[in-house]
Amino acid sequence: MSARLAVALLLGFMTLPTAVVVAVSFNPTAIMSFPPDGLSLRWYANALTYPQFQRASVNSLIVTAGATLVALPIGTAAALALERGRLRARNVWATLLLSPLVVPGVAAGLGFLILAASLGLLRSRAVLIAAHVALVLPFVVRSVWVSVANLDPMLDRAAASLGATPWRTFRRVTLPLLRPGLSAGLLFAVIVSANEFVVSLFVSNRVTEILPVAMFTYVVNYTDPTIAALSSLFIGATFLLVWLADRLFGLAAVFLPDR
Amino acid sequence: MGKAVVELYGCTRDFGAVRAVDGLDLTVQEGEFLSLLGPSGCGKTTTLNLIAGFAAPSAGRIMVDGLDVTDRPAHERGLGVVFQSYALFPHMSVFENVAFGLRERRVAEGETRRRVEEALALVRLEGRGSQRPRQLSGGMQQRVALARALVYQPRVLLLDEPLAALDKKLREEMRGELREIQRSVGITTIFVTHDQAEALSLSDRIGVMSRGRIEQLAPPREVYTRPATRFVADFIGASTVLEGRATALDRVELAPGVSVRVEVGTALPVGERVELAIRPERIAVQAAGGAGGEADDVAGRVARLIYLGAQTEVTVEIAGGQRVLALVGEPSPLTLATGAAVRLTLPPDAFMVLR
Repeated sequence: MSARLAVALLLGFMTLPTAVVVAVSFNPTAIMSFPPDGLSLRWYANALTYPQFQRASVNSLIVTAGATLVALPIGTAAALALERGRLRARNVWATLLLSPLVVPGVAAGLGFLILAASLGLLRSRAVLIAAHVALVLPFVVRSVWVSVANLDPMLDRAAASLGATPWRTFRRVTLPLLRPGLSAGLLFAVIVSANEFVVSLFVSNRVTEILPVAMFTYVVNYTDPTIAALSSLFIGATFLLVWLADRLFGLAAVFLPDR
Repeated sequence: MGKAVVELYGCTRDFGAVRAVDGLDLTVQEGEFLSLLGPSGCGKTTTLNLIAGFAAPSAGRIMVDGLDVTDRPAHERGLGVVFQSYALFPHMSVFENVAFGLRERRVAEGETRRRVEEALALVRLEGRGSQRPRQLSGGMQQRVALARALVYQPRVLLLDEPLAALDKKLREEMRGELREIQRSVGITTIFVTHDQAEALSLSDRIGVMSRGRIEQLAPPREVYTRPATRFVADFIGASTVLEGRATALDRVELAPGVSVRVEVGTALPVGERVELAIRPERIAVQAAGGAGGEADDVAGRVARLIYLGAQTEVTVEIAGGQRVLALVGEPSPLTLATGAAVRLTLPPDAFMVLR
């Protein structure tokens, strides 16, 4: 009984901020007060028609898709090398690959800014994509690594004895069996990239900025609930994505411990 | 016998400072069932991996069907391999597992279907094609692995401890089945095992391995009755090894005043130390001072008794302190107790002289 209560309290604590934002987004007045005074969709209309948000959404899509497409194969190769390669100092490599997790965003952002400036790339989305690749890579490597570790190395030998070249073995045996890890890595990459703010703030301008940065800029200048409406949409989209991913790939198998 | 299908010449394989296979020569004949038998770490699995192409020899050549395949990768050797862990593809149905080798060979769909059905029928798994490997029992999974390795009619079948993961009863069942299938297909087979019963019951010839070398390569009966080395005598079947000195061309002194007659077909090196091995089931145990008996009977005392159900294992200490293992059938006419004085009859032709 008390366990159930503890779980309920924890859930309440975790979801409270989200609930507040969603509630405020329906506020008919131009201030972010809680609880809301009534119900209105005007801020949703405002959020969807604001040109800078539209431009930032497109940027977000491009950057997140680009970063994910680059990080997934690199991360998979890294996970395979870490688990199966004859690596000297395997731990050093693993630590380096996972290090973006512990480097403060401000430090990473500053580093990318200086690099991009000296290369004259500041106006390009390529820098944003490169930064996002570095940031999502640890998540991809971790997720895929778990799947690689669960692979029986004898399967490779079996496939080879049956006449499959290393490439065919990868296509027909390794890749299909890495699917749970790959889908988890994909999902992590998309969520981390779509929500990334600190580093993106450093390496983007008004033209290239992604949605979280545009939202921050908006909050700095205006105080109406538009941003709450947009946040609610963002949260809704993320939930939809996770739900879809679970339907398509069975994410429960990746995240939940075995029954 | 037919022609040589697999030939190894001076094959050596080192893992760092460890020499797993040491200058191995081996010829496997067409249609033969050859076992590589030995304790873990003797190099038998490494030898199999060399033949399969999973590892490259540090030195030596490997031939299959008269062609040098030493530098050929595993996927170009076209051999069939069955692994101890089955190594079935968990994301494929039984049918797709068996069809794997045919698909890699770009066999037409209809032909593939026919041959997979045939292979599944051969291992008595008709109608299981749509199931996933994990839905099957261990024995069935092993049969799928066998069908998968046979379906494309490889020249050689390599079996790496294929029965070791099964429980005892199933293992014995599969043993018989394996031999039947191998006979009916007539495929040249190399079988790696640490289980002497498997090797003795299945093989045309057994290569007993130790420390990367083949100690003896001979038919099962010969390996059992005429072990070439002390290692083979120890490893295959229970046996007692006795040390003594040859005092005549057919006589060995085990201890002062205790000697036995030895009939091995060759003359003993008179005056030198020799090692004799004898199987426990060849020794007769009688009560001391009983009627009958031979002039060469050896006296001793019972040091240990182990009741095994159908028989009792008796360890007898003879003069000079050497111990002899004997088996007495149960129920026994003899009441034995630890410390009792007994007389052992050691038939002269039961001895084996070790190198």
